[in-house]
Formats: sequence, structure tokens, C-alpha cells
Amino acid sequence: MEPILELRGVVKRFPGVTALDAVDLEIAPGEIHALVGQNGAGKSALIKVLIGAYIADGGAMRFLGSPYHPRTPLDALVAGIRVVYQEFNQLPYLSVAENLLFERLPRRFGILLDRETLERRATELLNRVGLSIAPGTRVEHLGIAQRQLLEIAKALSTTGRLLVLDEPTATLTPREVARLFEIIRGVRASGVTVIYVSHHLQEIFELCDRVTVLRNGHRIETVAVAETSATELVRLMVGRRLEAAAHAIEVAASEAGSAAPPTLEPALRVEGLRVRGSSHGISFDLNYGEIAGLAGLVGAGRTEALRAIFGADRRDGGEIYLAGRRVAFNHPMDAVRHGVCLLTENRKDEGLVLPMPLRVNLTLTDLARVSRAGILRARTERATARHWVEQLDVRFRSLEQTARELSGGNQQKLIIAKWLFRNASVLMLDEPTRGIDVGAKAEIYTLLRRLAADGKALLVVSSELPELMVLCDRIMVLSRGRLVGELRRNEFDEERILSLAYSEYMTGKKNPDP
Amino acid sequence: MLNENRGIPDQVAVSEPQRPAHAVVQRVLREAGIGIALLMLIAIFSASAPHFTDESNITNILTQITINLIMATGMTFVILIGGIDLSVGSVMALSAMVAGLVLKAETLPVPVAIVAAALTSVAVGMVCGFINGFVASFWGVPSFIVTLGMLNIARGGALEVTNARTLFEFPNAFNDFGTATLLGMPAIFLVALGLVLLGWGVLTRTVFGRLIYAIGNNEEAVRLSGHDTFIFKVAAFVISGLTVGIGAIVYMARLTIASPILGTGFELNAIAAVIIGGTSLNGGRGSLIGTFLGACLIGVLADGLILIGVGDFVRQMITGGVIILAVILDSYRARIAERTR
Repeated sequence: MEPILELRGVVKRFPGVTALDAVDLEIAPGEIHALVGQNGAGKSALIKVLIGAYIADGGAMRFLGSPYHPRTPLDALVAGIRVVYQEFNQLPYLSVAENLLFERLPRRFGILLDRETLERRATELLNRVGLSIAPGTRVEHLGIAQRQLLEIAKALSTTGRLLVLDEPTATLTPREVARLFEIIRGVRASGVTVIYVSHHLQEIFELCDRVTVLRNGHRIETVAVAETSATELVRLMVGRRLEAAAHAIEVAASEAGSAAPPTLEPALRVEGLRVRGSSHGISFDLNYGEIAGLAGLVGAGRTEALRAIFGADRRDGGEIYLAGRRVAFNHPMDAVRHGVCLLTENRKDEGLVLPMPLRVNLTLTDLARVSRAGILRARTERATARHWVEQLDVRFRSLEQTARELSGGNQQKLIIAKWLFRNASVLMLDEPTRGIDVGAKAEIYTLLRRLAADGKALLVVSSELPELMVLCDRIMVLSRGRLVGELRRNEFDEERILSLAYSEYMTGKKNPDP
Repeated sequence: MLNENRGIPDQVAVSEPQRPAHAVVQRVLREAGIGIALLMLIAIFSASAPHFTDESNITNILTQITINLIMATGMTFVILIGGIDLSVGSVMALSAMVAGLVLKAETLPVPVAIVAAALTSVAVGMVCGFINGFVASFWGVPSFIVTLGMLNIARGGALEVTNARTLFEFPNAFNDFGTATLLGMPAIFLVALGLVLLGWGVLTRTVFGRLIYAIGNNEEAVRLSGHDTFIFKVAAFVISGLTVGIGAIVYMARLTIASPILGTGFELNAIAAVIIGGTSLNGGRGSLIGTFLGACLIGVLADGLILIGVGDFVRQMITGGVIILAVILDSYRARIAERTR
């Protein structure tokens, strides 16, 4: 059968790097085709060339049997390609319905907005992706997972021939992922071909027909999913770096097993913490020298809890003790002063000042230490910054390069470095490896274990259960704002954690505190 | 939109060769652009405008740009944190009227009156700046709105203070300062130059300046790094008020009068100097050197056009065109800088 999409020798260069080096690719009609590879392997570049966001420097593409050379995303749209982007392009102050149907808002008398039709169509689309929110809700009020589903609903709002999904599950809970897979299979059954980009290998085995592995801008291999294995894919993705990465994870895992020193000093004690709008109080302890995990579904209140402890958001009640002494964290400033820090889930918007140099980002947490009487000491600052980024093995070429230029893993290391420079002793990490590639993930795990071994207290929120199970000494589970259970390392069990996470949603009663 | 991401993917940095000069390149692109434009303008007018290079004309230019330079210095701080101060012209009038009354107070000996007037002027400016900053930051009101309100309040206040009368007959010692020269330059220009250098030092060499830039780029990241961003945002407006107060006293000395309608439209000149100087209206990017060059460029352009016989109206049109051109060039500069990093 003739391929629906065919790439021959596609090249995309940027100054100093070849993002795509003569890539060939054939997508068969009606298949779900996975694209895998580490960050920087060329997946995003390939997608962007495909949808006209980048213009290829060489090679040829054919789509639906005719030459296809999109110059803008509109060309791709017209040709019949629909994309769900990793980054959202939403209008936060407009309603969900308006966002969904923005290109073709229903009208009355040619100029007036037909609200009834708008809401009806929007509701249909929302139902299709299993998103139960009022179509009139403004997008700014949605959580990140809901926005992701909204983006998918939008891509499905018009019929295309090829649907491209770029990391659609990064922010979704297992249940939402299952729902998404149903949707994708439904779309395929209606004759649409799907390209699926993901870090999650098990998803690929569950969903896809064939898989293409990219590495350093080259296509390494295209195989039928049935004829390969996860280990094989990882080997293809990492190349020779496999051993190192696998080893790091093993080391992290074994260290985690042997960790948990016999006497743990209490670091943080939270009593009856109530995040805004929640009626439940959360109480728990966190000790120096351990990594505790906070598991739960998206919306269970994990991020909210961390932010409330840190003083980033207001809280409705509750007390916080640090090393036995009661503290009042009303502003992040207070928490930071006591050595408590938060690495937010939103690395790029909240963790770093992206347009400013590494050096500036590192010293931002404690400028007093690189200044005298309010005047910066340039040499001290440079030496300090260099010391810390090297300490944490951040790969950089100059202290003056902007934080934006770093890869995700290195950005995360830079954020950890800036907190260690501030002498943080309690680190709260929200989704510390989201969007970070396999090799860098292992590095972050090893780093976090090392910090715990050095006596820091770590509290980690993650939507990836295997991550928490590798990393943590114990896992606490939140369900709909309530702390429903705690498991020690020897009790870790994916199924049990999941059933705890769902427990408050299964009681059948309506959500008492939206 | 999508195309904004069209630059360079994350991984470029890793494979790029060591290039310590890149920061310099970026800087040159950012600041030299306006410098080159200024030099070209000077060269053109030197060749075409009669008496342009005369000493008296140069002194005239320096005098003409002084007030704008002073106001633009404070404005740079405000724009760097992503704000705007539309009230500077009116607040200047209010400062001048209150200071003028102090200056004419017959109960005070002349030197005391002069010092008291200067302090009053600065105090009035800083109080207005504080109100601007506090309202904008505490209630999260866009500074455009707050300072638009202050523009009217201060103008009304300036008229009310003397019931719209103009104050004159200030002490000679005070008026002499307006025309004094030092090192061959107008003394009032040296005041402006001193402020620019001081402000430049603060912005580039101090913790305060570092946080101004950081807040302008990403306030939330700065807050979550454990800083109280509120006081810095208020401080930027207070600094703007401070320079307005200084500008008012200098302007009075130059004009030898204090009029409640003085300073009308000065806010736009100050903003123009900052923008032409390459400071981004979104905050976080720019420098006082740029602002200095921007103010010089506006002054040289105005003076040169007069000398070659261009009328007032056309001159205003050309200045407006230059502002738009500067912003267009800045967007190119930003793109080039992006590519060279």
C-alpha cells in the first residue's frame, strides 16, 4: 500500500547543529506510528517540519500521494494534518467553548455569536475526550491535565487525515491516559492515521503499530511494535549510553534500598494543613535523610499542598513545624530563610529566569553572599556560580549563556544547584523529571539520592508511580485533598498505591469541595 | 504563536563551541545600533547643517536634552520592571510649584530656601512615585492606569497650589545655576550625566539592580526564589519620582520660573528616549547607556532639523517616525541576538 506520508532525506539545520540528518520515514495509512528518542534526538524538529513550523533545508515530503512542502502551520492544516502540541496554544481568558471552536465560531445573522450552537458543539467535543467541565469555563481556570485534554478535543474538532500527538500524556493520570487511548483508537477506526510521540515506552506497546527510533537527528530504525521490546527500544534510543543510564538507575535503586538511616531527625512537620478551598486537613512528617513521595491523581491536591507549605499560595489553616519549632511561612521568603525550598512543576516559568545567564540564575537565591554592602562582587559571583554548576554536573559552555539554552535535565540541575547554594535543607520537588529524557532522569535520581544521603529532607511529587517507587523511602497517597495512606518501601505496590489514589473518587458521593 | 518557537531547539547549546565573546556580540548589537545611528546623524548634520558644530550649538543641545535625560533615567527603572510612568510631566509641575513656593518664602535666608526647595521638590516627586508604585503593586493595577490617574491628580494639584499663577523672581543665586557652566559644559547637564552614571552603576553593579532586571524578566521566579518583589517594584517608581523631583528643580533654574503647565508631554519624551535606547517595554532588557544615547539622539535630531530649516510641525512628525523606526529595528536586533547566541 502506498504510504500516506513519506519523507525522503529530510534535513533541518540550525547554527551549530543538524537537528534532522537525511531522515527517511514512511507512515502507512491507518496505522498508529510511534516516534521515540531522547530529548534532542529530533522528534520535535521532525514534527515541526511536518507541520510547517520549520522549513526543511533539504529532502522531499509526499502527503496523500502528492508533493507536500508546508511553509506555515496553516498549510499543514489545509492539507489535513491535525496536531496536538506539547505546549498549549490557548487563549486563557476565553471560554473552553470559544477555544475549541475558535477557527469556526458559529454565527447568527452573519455577525452575532451563536452561543447555543457554540455550547452544544463544545459539549459534544468535551464528551468525546471525557472532560466534564462546563463549556463556559474560562481556560485560565483549568488545570494542566484538563488543558491537555482540551487541546486534544480541539484537534478532533475538524476531520483530518493525519493526527500528530506530541507527548499527550505527560500531564495525564492513568485513567485519563486510558481514556485518551480509546479516543485515539476511535479516531483510527474512522480512517485517520496517527503519529504518536512519547517518552513512555509502555504506552507505545499498548497503543502503537510501528515505532521509529530517532537518535541525534538520524533515523535509527523503524520496526513493528510486535517484533521489538522495551529493552531493545531503549538500546536503540540511547546507543552506547545505555549501560551508563541503566547502571545509574540500578545504583539509584539499590542505594534507595539500603538508604533510610536508622535514626531519622524530624525536619518538617505539617499539621492540619488546609489548602485553599479544601475542607480536609493534611498532616505528615518529613525527616532529614529521607525521600518521601506524594502520590495521587492530578487534582488530588499534591501541588497545592507543596505550594501552601512553601508560602507560595495562601492556606486556610494548619501549622508547620521545622525541626520541632513552629514556623509561619506566609511568603516564599520566609520558607527560603528557613532552608525550605520548592522546585515547581513549571520549571521554565517559575523555576528560572530563562533570558538571564546561568550565573544570575544560580546566585538569585542568595545575592547577599556574592555582594558586599549591596554591591555585587563580580569575581566572587562567577567563582561561586562555577563551583555550584560544576558540583551538580550541569553541562554548560559558558556561565554567561542563558538558562533557556540548557536542556531540560540541565535546567533542573541548575535549579537544584541554586537551592543548594542557598543552603536549603528541605527540598520539595514537584514533578522533578517531567519532560526530561531517560539518561538525564537517571542522573537526577542519583543526585536526589545523594542529597538524601547528605542529610537533606526531600519531598517529591510525581505522576509517574515507577519514579516514586524507585526514588522514595516511603510514599504518601493523596486522594481528593485527603491523605489516605502511607506505604513504606517494603510495602510498595503499584496496584495498592493506585487504589488508594482512587479511593476518595470511588465512594460515589459528589465532590464536597470542588 | 507557533512561529515564535522557530528559533533554536534546546540542544543547540550543548554542541556549540566555547564562545565567551557571544555576550559581547549580543551587547554590541543591542547598544551599538543606537550609537551608530547617533554618530551617523551627527555626521550628516555636521556636513549639512550650518553652525551645527559651533560650541554654542553643542552647549545648546546639551542644555536641551538635560531635562529629558534626567526623567528618562528614572523611567528606565520603571520600564525595566515592566511598568510605565505616564505621570512624570505632571508630577514635575507639581514638584516645581511646591518647590517654587518654598523658594519664595521670605522668612528663609536664600541658601536655606534653595536647599529646602530642592529637598521639597525631590520629596514631592518621591511621594507621588511611591503612590504610583504602591497602588500598582499592591492592588495589581496596571501602572499605565495608575500613572494616568496620577498625571491628572498632579496636574490639578500643580494648578491648585497657586490657583494657576506662575511663580517667578527666584533668588539670583538659584537662577544662575541654570546657566552656569563647568568644564565647558552646562552645569545642569553634568547633573543629568551624574544621575545617568549613578543609575547605570546601580543597575549593573548592585543587588538591587540585579533584582530589577530579574523581576522584569520573570517576577514569579524571583518571588519563588525567596525575594519580596513588592518593594523592588515600588522602589522603581520611587526612583522615577526622585528623578522627576531633581528634573523639576533643574528645569526651574533654567527657566527662572515655575509654571503649573510646565512639563506637559514630557512623559512621552522620556519614554521615547528609553525605547529608542533599546529597552524593552516588556521589561527585563535594556540599559541606561541606551537611554542616554536615545535622549542624545532625540536632542541632536531636533537641533539639527531646526538648523537645516525644518519647521516645528514637520520636526515633530520626524521624531515620531524615529520612535517607530527604533522599535522596528529593535525587533530585528532581538532576532539577530537570538541567532548569534
